This record gives sequence, structure tokens and C-alpha cells, in this order.
Amino acid sequence: MFLYVFRRLLTAIPTMFVIVTLAFFLIRVAPGGPFNQERGLSPEIKANLEAQFGLNDPIWLQYVNYLKNLLHGNFGPSYNLPDFTVTELFANGLPISVQLGLSALVLALAVGTVLGIVAALNQNKLGDYSVIALATAGSTIPTFVIAPVIQLLFGLTWKLLPIGGWGDGAWINKIGPILTLSLPQIAIVARLMRGSMIESLRSNHIRTARALGLSDWSVVVKHALRGAVLPIVSYAGPAAAALLTGSIIVETIFAIPGIGRYFVDAALNRDYTLVMGTVVVIALFTIAFNLIVDILYAFFDPRVRYD
Amino acid sequence: MAGETILSVKDLRVRFRTLDGVVEAVKGIHLHVDAGETVAVVGESGSGKSQTMMAAMSLLASNGEATGAVDYRGKNLLTLGKSELNKVRGRKISMIFQEPMTSLDPLYTIGNQLMEPIRKHRGLSGAAARAEALRLLELVKIPDPERRLKSYPHEMSGGQRQRVMIAMALANDPDILIADEPTTALDVTIQAQILTLLAELQRKLGMAIVFITHDLGIVRRFADRVYVMRYGEVVEEGKADELFANPQHDYTKMLLAAEPTGRKAPPAANAPILLEGRNVEVEFKIGGGFLAGPPMLLRAVDRISIMLKQRQTIGIVGESGSGKSTLGRALLRLLPSQGTIRFGNKDLSKADRADMRPLRRELQLVFQDPFGSLSPRMTVGQIITEGLLVHEPSLSSKERDNRAVEALREVGLSPETRNRYPHEFSGGQRQRIAIARAMILKPKVVVLDEPTSALDRSVQKQIVELLRKLQADHDLSYLFISHDLAVVRAMSDYIIVMKQGKIVEEGPTEEIFGAPREAYTKTLMAAAIDETKFRQSA
Repeated sequence: MFLYVFRRLLTAIPTMFVIVTLAFFLIRVAPGGPFNQERGLSPEIKANLEAQFGLNDPIWLQYVNYLKNLLHGNFGPSYNLPDFTVTELFANGLPISVQLGLSALVLALAVGTVLGIVAALNQNKLGDYSVIALATAGSTIPTFVIAPVIQLLFGLTWKLLPIGGWGDGAWINKIGPILTLSLPQIAIVARLMRGSMIESLRSNHIRTARALGLSDWSVVVKHALRGAVLPIVSYAGPAAAALLTGSIIVETIFAIPGIGRYFVDAALNRDYTLVMGTVVVIALFTIAFNLIVDILYAFFDPRVRYD
Repeated sequence: MAGETILSVKDLRVRFRTLDGVVEAVKGIHLHVDAGETVAVVGESGSGKSQTMMAAMSLLASNGEATGAVDYRGKNLLTLGKSELNKVRGRKISMIFQEPMTSLDPLYTIGNQLMEPIRKHRGLSGAAARAEALRLLELVKIPDPERRLKSYPHEMSGGQRQRVMIAMALANDPDILIADEPTTALDVTIQAQILTLLAELQRKLGMAIVFITHDLGIVRRFADRVYVMRYGEVVEEGKADELFANPQHDYTKMLLAAEPTGRKAPPAANAPILLEGRNVEVEFKIGGGFLAGPPMLLRAVDRISIMLKQRQTIGIVGESGSGKSTLGRALLRLLPSQGTIRFGNKDLSKADRADMRPLRRELQLVFQDPFGSLSPRMTVGQIITEGLLVHEPSLSSKERDNRAVEALREVGLSPETRNRYPHEFSGGQRQRIAIARAMILKPKVVVLDEPTSALDRSVQKQIVELLRKLQADHDLSYLFISHDLAVVRAMSDYIIVMKQGKIVEEGPTEEIFGAPREAYTKTLMAAAIDETKFRQSA
């Protein structure tokens, strides 16, 4: 197992290299640069700025320099938020996005799994239909509708929650964003869980467990559930990577200072260093969570062995 | 030592709600089981034999329902509450199933799964249950039981898993053991071992056994009494000896006569050699990759030489994993292999895919699984004429249609069926379609990979007869791959016995069956055609 993890971490290095290289050149293929703004800078100032950030160097030199800095953990300065380095921006924003994302993920897994099991055990009965209806609604209503509705009802009408803002991390400020983030995930997890639980309950070893006179609890929880969570584990990996790196919609609507908005803002502004930083963070999260999923898989399923 | 009646099924009906309406799988049957006796419920697929026992154990699928009564010592199992029922299931009546590979929970150790019903029904402590589990593994003769307690199901063979299933079923000393086709998925030698074990355990523990099977050979050697089922009804019942000696119902007579009969004469001595393999070798790589070291090599076929003459049928027999299917595929160049393969006067060893394509029509393959090998989205006509589009592209659609009609007639299907889809046909009919698909190209060599294994005995017999007729009509050569010795004997004039990729023994059919030389062949023959009883009748 140790060797396997070591091997996976080693293969992550070329993967990261390819991602960084692709992203570096792709963002430079896009027309314009960080200092082509609407109002336009005077040519002298623009030239000065470009010289200062090394943007006049041949592109291969820029690339080599970027890689060098990256290896030292230096993401460089943000071009559009000149008072901050990219590292500082992430140091401030990432913990906020991770907090919200992780809470939403845990909530989604807990609620979604239970709903899925309830649906599977009541297949084609009322309980099942209600869960399916809920799940369909949850996955079809977009977050940019859910978020304002939560603000309207809980913030304005009932005055239970603040409408937005981070409030220095007060828990009451987190409820709205977490709910918004988790609702679609609850829907997806519930549907996945329902499907895999139904399949699991039909399998031959469940018939054996019933024939042996084991209790319903043992049949459902010990024997059916353990096999049925595997698809959820698979789904949770990429979902975690996506949730923990922030959501532009939720963070914009609730005015949360996370990192979700950076990706889009930076790409639109050709803020090369910030785009690259975001790419690296998302790629690292994705690689890490996929590795965690594979390790969990081996934990849940003894047939999976990595040696 | 037959005693009082402990289980009696009265007017049992089982219905399933399906998209096509309600289907009645069991139509009001009566049967009973006495203490300590062995009852066989015999029938072909769809006879309702399994559903009868599933209903008795409340294990029907969620769209099924049972009416009538299943009395176990005065309690009607059909109306018993869940917790009362669970005091009978696994305690007084237990069950083993056909699929040893999937009937154990893959995620828990053997020990864990064995101890669970012991603790549940007898309330033993962990340590006591563990000792009991160990004793049970010894009882079913699993080697190294101490270590096996910590094994997972996937680390064991099918035969061993079935032994574990038996251990679980017998854990609480039940009155009745229901065995639903317990050996059908196993190799013949393993099958004999499991049946011997069951007979021995019955002698030791004295439980009654209800044996659900399609295999009359097993019934003859195992059962005291027999119920013959067809279409959800019991058509005949009686003592095994009497029923076999003097069957009353036509259906029973048909079943008894369903063993494939007849022998195939060898081809003329001067018949040309069609397909020849010399020192054929197939290796599979297992594992390996980045930082994982070199892959392990598994030699599935180990330097095998074979000569197939015109109108000859070579039977290749062996247990699962012996490499017999791999050999068949290698000879058709469907797998990369070492050694020389010649077809007529052409050397196929160096032929690539493009070289092989024109030869494919003469080298055809028919698979075991008549359900998986026909595309569900194509009509029968499209399926069987697909090869013509490749090999005889100049045919007009009218000509293709004529060929389809001709091919379907040859395999005994009505030509009107060509616009229907595979799911509308039974297993035997589908296998006929698969054969028609091969025959329409007018091949010279056909590799038949277990073509009858998924079929009922009576249907097997028809397919064997069909294949023999087609061979005689078209001068075909067959490579007949099967683990079923009765069918092989009826089909082949020459036999190759394989084990672990090597030829153990080969020779003309009657020699191999009449006087096997090698110990392995003898075991195989004994397991398949021996008629001695596993147990004495009660």
C-alpha cells in the first residue's frame, strides 16, 4: 500500500508538469494581455509594467522562469491586484472556500446517503417517489436560483440569516452558502445511492444473508450498504475537488471572499499568474482527492489491492 | 431413516407482477419432506422448481407473491412475521445456491460470515463462535481452516466457496437443507466432491435435503424421492428407483431419454487436413507497469499440436482454466500466439488482421452464451446476414434475404422469424440463430465453444443432432470445446483432454472413454459418467 501511494505521488509530478505547461501556453494564446484594459494605459506605462513583470522576454524564458519560481513555491505577483502576491490571495481565500466546500460535502454525503437508502428500501413506493422528486428538483434548479431564494426567504422575509457577507467567519453567515452548495450535491448523492443500493440489495450474497435468517439491520447495513457506498466514494473525490476550490456563483451572490471568483475573473483579465495559481491549486486538489478515493476503495473492498 | 413429515407445501402458487402482466410461475403444487430424507425437485429452466423453494423461504423477488401454505412443524412460513421467520431461516431450514462465486459477501472474511449466523441464532460469544466456525470448516474439509477464516471469498475457488456455503448452512444444525443446483456452476470433478461431501454430512448430521436440479444423473445417484416439475406444476412424483425404472408421464420419459445419444464415425483415413497447429503457445501478461516491476506470465496454452481433418470433430475437454477456449481462439488467430498454424495450404502464423479477413468466412466460431452473443438491437435477419455484407458484398438485399431464409430453415427455425428480435426467442432457439449466423457463410471449420452448456438437456440433444446433421450435409470440421463429457462423446470422433494448458491425453473417442490411461482422465470420466450412488436410500 505504501509503495502504491509513493508510486501515485511520483506519477503526479509529470501530470502536474503537463497541466502547468498546457495552462501556461493556452492562456497566452488568448488575445490581449494583463494590461490591455478598457480605458487603456498610456503606452509608456504599459511598456514599463510589462518590463517589470518580464512580459517582454521571449515566451520560453517566461516559461522557464515561471517553472523555477513555482518550484520554490512562488506563484508570483497578481497583475490585476497589484498589492497582493498570488500566494497571499490564496492564503486569505482558500481557507474560506475549503471550509464552505467541506461542510457542504459532509452535509451532502450524510443527507444524500440516508435519502438514497430510504428510497432504495421503499422502491416504487411513496418514500421512493418523494426522494426522487426531491432529487430531481435539487439537481435541476440552478444555484443562481437557489441562492437568491435563500437570501429572500431566510434573509429578508424571516430575517433568520444575514443576506450575505463573510462576517469574519461567524457561523450564521455560513449557513446560506453551505445550503446552496450542498443542495445539488445532496440530490446527486441520493440518486447515486438509491441506484447502487437497489442493485446491492438484489445481489446473490444478500439472498444468502436473508436465507441465513440474519436481521434486516445486518442485511441492509452490514452487507448491502458497504458494497453500495463504493460508487459514492468514486463520486465524492472529484466532487470534493470541485467544492473545496470554491464556487464563483455562491461566493459572488453571498459576497464571500473565497477563491471561487478568481478563476473566472483572472481568466477574463488575463491575470496570467493568478490563472496559473488557480490551475495549480485545482489540479493538486483533484490529484489528492483521487488518490484518497483509491485508498478508501481498498479500505472498503478487500478485492482491491494495490501491491 | 425417513420419519415424520416436517415440511409440507400445500397448494402453493407463486405469481410475479411483470410489465407483461401477472405471470404464474408455480401453479398450486403440493409436496412434502420427511425428516432425514432426500427429495429431489427436477425440472428444466422455467419449471418453477427454484421459485417453489424461494417462496417457502420468503426469498421471492419484490414483485413476487406466494399463496397457499408452507407448513414447517405446524407453522405456516408464508404468514409468519419477520422475526419469527428469521428463527426458522438459517436455523431450522437453510439453503445453498447455484452461484458459489457470488453467494458470499465479497467484502467480509469467511470467518466473519460464518460466525454471524452462529452468533445470531445461538447467541454464542465471539470466541465460542470462532471455535465453532473453525469446526465447521473442518467439517466441510477446507484445508488449512485456521488461515481460511481470515480469507476473503475472492481468494478461494468455486468449489471451496461452495463448501463454505454448506458450512454456513449447516452451522446451526438445521432440519432441512435446501440445495438449489449446488453443483451446476462447478467442474465435474469438483461436483463429485461436493456431492460426496453432502452425502457424508447428511449421514453424520441427519438433516433432510431438498435437492433442486435439472441433472437427472445427480437425482439418480442421490435422491430417495423425486418430484418432476414442468410449467409450474408437479407432473409426476414417486420413489427415485421406481420413477427411473418405470416413468409414467411423457415429460419424465422425455427427460430420461434426453441424454445425447449416437456416436460419430471418424473421417476417412485419407481425408485432407484442414486446420493444423504445431507447438501452439499462448501467454497472458498479468500485472506489471510503471514501478510495478515486470508482469507475470501465464502460459494458458503450452505447446499444443493438433490436426483437424475434413469432416472430423475433435472434442477438447478440460475443466475451467484448462486453456481449452484459449486454444480454440488461438487456432482461429483471434489471439496472438506462438507456433505454426496452417489452414489448408496457407500459413496463418504470420497473418495479420487484414490477411485473416478473407479467411474468416471459412473459420467460424459459435459461443456458449446464447443470450450475450446476439445483439439485442438487431433483427434475427440482420444478425445472420451481417457476415455476408463483409464477405459477399456483391449480393443484392434480395439474395441476402434468400440466404437468410435458407440458413434459418437449415437450423430448424421458421424463416418468418427473421424480422423478430433475439429476446423473443428461447435459449435453444437463440443458439440455433448463432449457428445459422456461422453457417450462412458456408464455412469449412467451426469452433464450437461450449455451444450447449447453457441449455436444458432436452434442448442440448436437439442442438447436438442439428450440428451432426449440418456436418454431414456440408462436410464441416468441428472443434468442439466442452466440459460436458456426455455431449462431447456424442459429437466427437477424437478427443483431446487438457489440463493447465497442456494435453494430458488424446485419442479416438471410444478409446478415451473406454480405456483412459492417465489418472486425470480417469478422474474426469469417473466424475462424469459413474453411476454409483453417493448415498444409500433411506
